[in-house]
Amino acid sequence: MVKITPTRRSVLLGGAAAAGTALIGGRGAEAASMTVGFIYVGSRDDFGYNQSHAEGAAAVRKMPGLTVVEQERVPETVACANAMAGMVHLDGATLLFPTSYGYFNPYMLKAAKQNPSVNYMHCGGLWAKGDPLNAHSYFGYIDEAVYVSGIVAGHMTKSKKLGFVAAKPIPQVLRNINAFLLGAQSVDPSITMQVIFTGDWFMPVREAEVTNSLADQGADVITCHVDSPKVVIQTAEKRGLYTCGYHTDQAPLAPKGYLTGAEWNWTYLYPKWITALQAGGSMPNYIRGGFKESFIKSSPYGAMVPAAARTQADAARAGFTAGNFAIFKGPLKDNKGNTVIAAGTVLDEHDPVLESMSYLVAGVSGSAS
Amino acid sequence: MGGFARGSLGVLLPPVLAVVATMILFAGFLAAQGVDPLTAYRLIWLGAFGTWFSWQDSLVRAAPLLLTGLCVALPAQMGLMIIGGEGAFVLGALAAVAAGLAAGNLGLPDILVQVIMAAAGICAGGVVIALCGLLRFKRGVNETISSLLFAYIAIAVMNQIIAGPMRDPGSLNRPATRTLPDNLMLGTIPGTTIHVGLIFGIIACLAAYICVYFTKFGFAARIVGGNARAGRVVGLPVERMILAFCFAAGGAAGLGGMVEVAAVQGAVSSDISTGAGYTGILVAFLARMNPLAIIPVAVLLGGLDAAGGLLQQRLNLPDATMLVLRGVLFVMLLSADALQGRLTRYLAPRRLPVTV
Repeated sequence: MVKITPTRRSVLLGGAAAAGTALIGGRGAEAASMTVGFIYVGSRDDFGYNQSHAEGAAAVRKMPGLTVVEQERVPETVACANAMAGMVHLDGATLLFPTSYGYFNPYMLKAAKQNPSVNYMHCGGLWAKGDPLNAHSYFGYIDEAVYVSGIVAGHMTKSKKLGFVAAKPIPQVLRNINAFLLGAQSVDPSITMQVIFTGDWFMPVREAEVTNSLADQGADVITCHVDSPKVVIQTAEKRGLYTCGYHTDQAPLAPKGYLTGAEWNWTYLYPKWITALQAGGSMPNYIRGGFKESFIKSSPYGAMVPAAARTQADAARAGFTAGNFAIFKGPLKDNKGNTVIAAGTVLDEHDPVLESMSYLVAGVSGSAS
Repeated sequence: MGGFARGSLGVLLPPVLAVVATMILFAGFLAAQGVDPLTAYRLIWLGAFGTWFSWQDSLVRAAPLLLTGLCVALPAQMGLMIIGGEGAFVLGALAAVAAGLAAGNLGLPDILVQVIMAAAGICAGGVVIALCGLLRFKRGVNETISSLLFAYIAIAVMNQIIAGPMRDPGSLNRPATRTLPDNLMLGTIPGTTIHVGLIFGIIACLAAYICVYFTKFGFAARIVGGNARAGRVVGLPVERMILAFCFAAGGAAGLGGMVEVAAVQGAVSSDISTGAGYTGILVAFLARMNPLAIIPVAVLLGGLDAAGGLLQQRLNLPDATMLVLRGVLFVMLLSADALQGRLTRYLAPRRLPVTV
C-alpha cells in the first residue's frame, strides 16, 4: 500500500509529480492498476439511491485491473472530506465518486484543488464555470422514467387517486411529483394525487405512517421520492396497493403490486466512463442525460400490467429516447390556479427553468412550501 | 495535586478495564464476521493514528467532541445529566452564521466579526441549556428529558429557518443559509489541515478543569453535586450556580457549532446536525465527567471515527461496525461504573475523598 505521511507540502508536491507522470505518458501504466473510490451518504443496501450507486460500483469492480474501495453512511460534513482524502492518501485512489449532493461544495471542490491528479465524479449535476477541471458532476433526468411510471399508474388506478411519498419540497422532488401525475393524466385527465412530505431523506417510521395514511385516503397506486423506498413499497404491498419504484428495482419487495419503476443506470454508465478515461479520453465536467443517454431505465413491468399500458409507456419512452417528447409544456397550471407554463411553450429536459421548479401541478393535493 | 490525581488508580482502572473488555468482545464479534481481529485492529490503528494524515483526520473529528463533551461533563459536576448538546450545537451554528452574515457587512475587522460570531454561538447554545436548568429548579422538570426534547425542537427550528427566513435562494435542492465569506472562515493550524477549533476545544477543557478543581466556585459546585440540600444549608446560591454551569455547558456546545460552521461547513444546512452532540455524551462518560480527561477521550473517539472508513474500504465491513464498537464500549463503561465502588474499596482500604 502507499505509505506516505502527507503534510500539505508533500501532498502538493506528490500531486504535482503524479500529474507530471500522467502528462509524460505514464497514463497507460497507471490506468492498468487504477483504484476507484465510492462514497455513499446512506447504506449501500438501502434498496434505493445509495444501492443504485453501489450496484454501479459492483459493475466497476468486475472490470480488469481496477480496485474499488467503498465507504457508506458518510455524512455531508468534514467526514466526507476525510473519506475522500483517506481514499487518495491511504488507498492511492485516482478516481473518486462522491455520490451525494452535499459533498460537492465545499468538500469536493477543495479536494479537487488540492489533488489535481485525481478525478472527482460527483452525482448531482452542480459543476459551474470556474470550478476545478478535475471536478465533474453528473445527474440524470429521471423524471422521464417517473413520467413513464405515471402512465402505467394511470392505467392501473381504479380510485383515480394516486399517492406520492416525498422527502422535501425541493425542485428535484417537485419535478418528479409533477411528472408522475402528468404521466397518469395523459391516460385520464381526471386522475388526482395526494403528496405528503416527510421532511427528510431517510425517515422509515414516518414513511410507513404516510403510506398508510395515503392508503386510508383512497390512493391505490403509491410511489415515492425518498432515499430508501423500501419501507414505502413494503407497506403499500401489505395494504394490497400497486406501487411504482424509485432509484432501483424494488420488485423483489412487492411481487404482487410492483408495476414498474424509475431506475438509475449507473451499472451501465460507470464502467463506460471509466473505460473512456482509461483510454486517455477526458471527461466533460457537466454531464446530464435521460433515456436518450442511458442515464435511466424503467424496471421491467409487473405481470399485472396490461398490454395497453405497456404500449403507451413504451411509446413515451421511445419519444424520450428519440428526443422529441417533453413532459413540461404549456398550457400548464399549478394547483393554486396560476399558469406556470404559457400555452405554446415547450420546456425540454435540459431547460434550466425546470431546475428551479417550485410548484405542484393542478390535480396534486399538497403544498410545495 | 487536583482531583484527577487523587485516587487516580481507582478512577482510571474502571475505564481501562472497560476498554480492554471491549477490545476482547469486539474481537469476538469480528471473528464471527469472518474477519481477522488482528488485521482489523491494525487497520483501526492505521486509520486513527498510524500516519500523520490519520492523526490530522482524528484530531479534526475530535475537535467538536471536546466541546460537546463539556456540555455533558460540566452540568454533571452539579449532579445534572444534560444530554441535549446536539440542540445547543445546532443553534450555536445557526446563531453564528446569522451574526457573521449580519456583522460581516458593517466594515468591522474580521477578527472582531469572528468574536461576535463565537459570542452569538455561545449565547444561543448557553441559553437553551440554561433553560433546562431553569426548568429543573423552577418546575422540577427532569433535565435529561427536557434537554433531549429541546434538542429535537432546536433541530426542527433550524430546519424551519434554513428553509424559510434564512434560506439562500441559490440553494435549490439543498436548503441552506447563505455561505460565510472566506475572510470570516476560521483558519487551520499552520502546516496542518486541522482547524483552530481544536485549540478552542482544548482551551475550554483546560479552563473547565481549572474551574472545577482549583476554584472556590468549582468546589462549591461539587458540593452541590454531591448533595444539593447540603449546599443550600451552607448558603450556596444553588439556583444561580446551576444556571451558570448550564450556560457554560450549552455555550461550549454552541461554540462547537460555531466552529463547525465557521471552520468546516461555511453555511448551515440540515447537515449541521451530525450527532456530535450525542457522541459528546459518550465522551463525557468515558472521561468520567473529568474535563481534562475529555481531551484524550475525544481524540480516541475521533480516531475510531476516522478508522471506520478504512475498515469499510479494506475489509468491506459495513459502517455499522464502528457503531457496534461504540455501543459495546458504552455498555462496558456503564458496567465498569457499577464495579467502581467495589474496586476502589478493594484497592484502597482508606476512604477516598468524594471527588468524582
